[in-house]
Amino acid sequence: MSTSPNAAAQPDGAEEIVRFDAVSMRYGQGPEVLRSLDFTLAPGSFHFVTGSSGAGKTSLLRLIALAARPSDGRIALFGRDVGRMPAASRPALRRRIGVVFQDLLLLDHLSAFDNAALPLRISGRRASEYRGDVAELLAWVGLGARMDSMPQTLAGGEKQRLAIARAVVNRPEILLADEPTANVDHEMALRIFRLFVELNRLGATVLIATHDQDLVARSGRPVLHLDEGQLTQRAAYGAEPA
Amino acid sequence: MTAFDPVRWRPAPLLPEADVRDGALLFVVAVLCFLACLTAIGVIASDRAARGWIGQLGGEATVIVRPTRGETPDAAAARAAEALAGTPGVAEARALEPAKAYDLIRPWLGDISDLEDLPVPRLVTVTLDRKAPADAARLTAALKAQDVDGAVDDHSLWIRGVKRSANLARGLGAGIFLLIAAAAAAVVAFATRAGLAARHDVVEVLHLSGAGDDFIAGLFQARFARMAAVGGLAGAGAAALVGAALRLAGGPQGVTPALPVSWVDLLAVLPCPLAAAMVAAAAARFTAAGLIRALE
Repeated sequence: MSTSPNAAAQPDGAEEIVRFDAVSMRYGQGPEVLRSLDFTLAPGSFHFVTGSSGAGKTSLLRLIALAARPSDGRIALFGRDVGRMPAASRPALRRRIGVVFQDLLLLDHLSAFDNAALPLRISGRRASEYRGDVAELLAWVGLGARMDSMPQTLAGGEKQRLAIARAVVNRPEILLADEPTANVDHEMALRIFRLFVELNRLGATVLIATHDQDLVARSGRPVLHLDEGQLTQRAAYGAEPA
Repeated sequence: MTAFDPVRWRPAPLLPEADVRDGALLFVVAVLCFLACLTAIGVIASDRAARGWIGQLGGEATVIVRPTRGETPDAAAARAAEALAGTPGVAEARALEPAKAYDLIRPWLGDISDLEDLPVPRLVTVTLDRKAPADAARLTAALKAQDVDGAVDDHSLWIRGVKRSANLARGLGAGIFLLIAAAAAAVVAFATRAGLAARHDVVEVLHLSGAGDDFIAGLFQARFARMAAVGGLAGAGAAALVGAALRLAGGPQGVTPALPVSWVDLLAVLPCPLAAAMVAAAAARFTAAGLIRALE
């Protein structure tokens, strides 16, 4: 476990699935958006990332999703130093991480079913092996009747759930979600949160970036709070979701 | 409306089927392939013309005979023809009749009555053995052995000039061909870059969902290779039509002696669609791979 002042706690004895050692990040030659982050996440943990706009929440998720590289420090995922990893090994690691992007990034020319099935298709599996699972998952997130719909015809909450379905369809070990409840009403936000809790119970390590303080407070889940690119709040473990 | 049946589902293409730029790119590739194929046909035809001329010039020699020891010009020419006919590498040697010699100079002097009074040198035309032709030195030696005063012209000056022209035409053709291929590659690379920019969302989602660089680049490679093959087919077809029209209009001799297009020359367009597809695939893959690497 990290001894850094801004390290998040984790259950004793658990092997970390995410480890940040003095990680900083900047875009191009710009100022640092993340500064010397030290924390670890245990497998099966559930964390929120909070902070004001521009605090670095999205950048933090992008680093874990291997969508960006740190300008300084060391990141280890699944016990492997990603900075020393050959570029050819990174796609396989990404397939173990599911991401719900802030802007969802659904592909407009593909149906809901094709969007949800995308990670399985990329992993090289045959359609006959997974189409039943995809249909089952879409039904589970409440899109059973919209499987052949194009994303632009879906309502905001439906798009959110489709993006979540795509993120979890490959049974990722880490699930990252960037403001997954930003554009939905309170009731839908709770439904989506319960979905994440359920996925967490199935074994996924969950990290959700959100502005929704009410949701965070009601969940009782540990929080990584970012302030101008620095972690400023230690998290507590043990609380169950509301 | 029928209900969606997952069992009947088939994966949709990961890239959108059509793009507004596809038509313009197809046209440009077709035009480039048309020019490349015409260049190839032109180079082949001009090369054939050059080889024909070299064959004609190299198969003959001309000897200018000067009478000696008071013998008549006709007697000197006959003696030279006899000496050369027995030389290895010579198929036939024939003294040109005086009338034919006069015919050769008449265009310059006009139709004058006392032409026979002019001291026109006699000519001997020598047809050389195609397989092992005698050179100028051997012909000169044969004349000297029979004490004939003659100057041998084996057309080597002309042959050198024709060869130089043929090589120049070949080099120019190859240069133009490479330039067109490079232009096609640049156009495809530019289109790939534009295509990637337009479908940045697809690339990003695939990338972050764990698709390897090769997988993503392969999508663009397949798309542009297919498009270039279609463009190449159209360009090659158009060039073949132009070639056929030249052959029909000019016959075996061609519309000009420098371009005797043959039917078999039109086969040169056949590899064009495949070559265009390969150039496009390489350009698309290279460009896409570079842009994907820059995503992180």
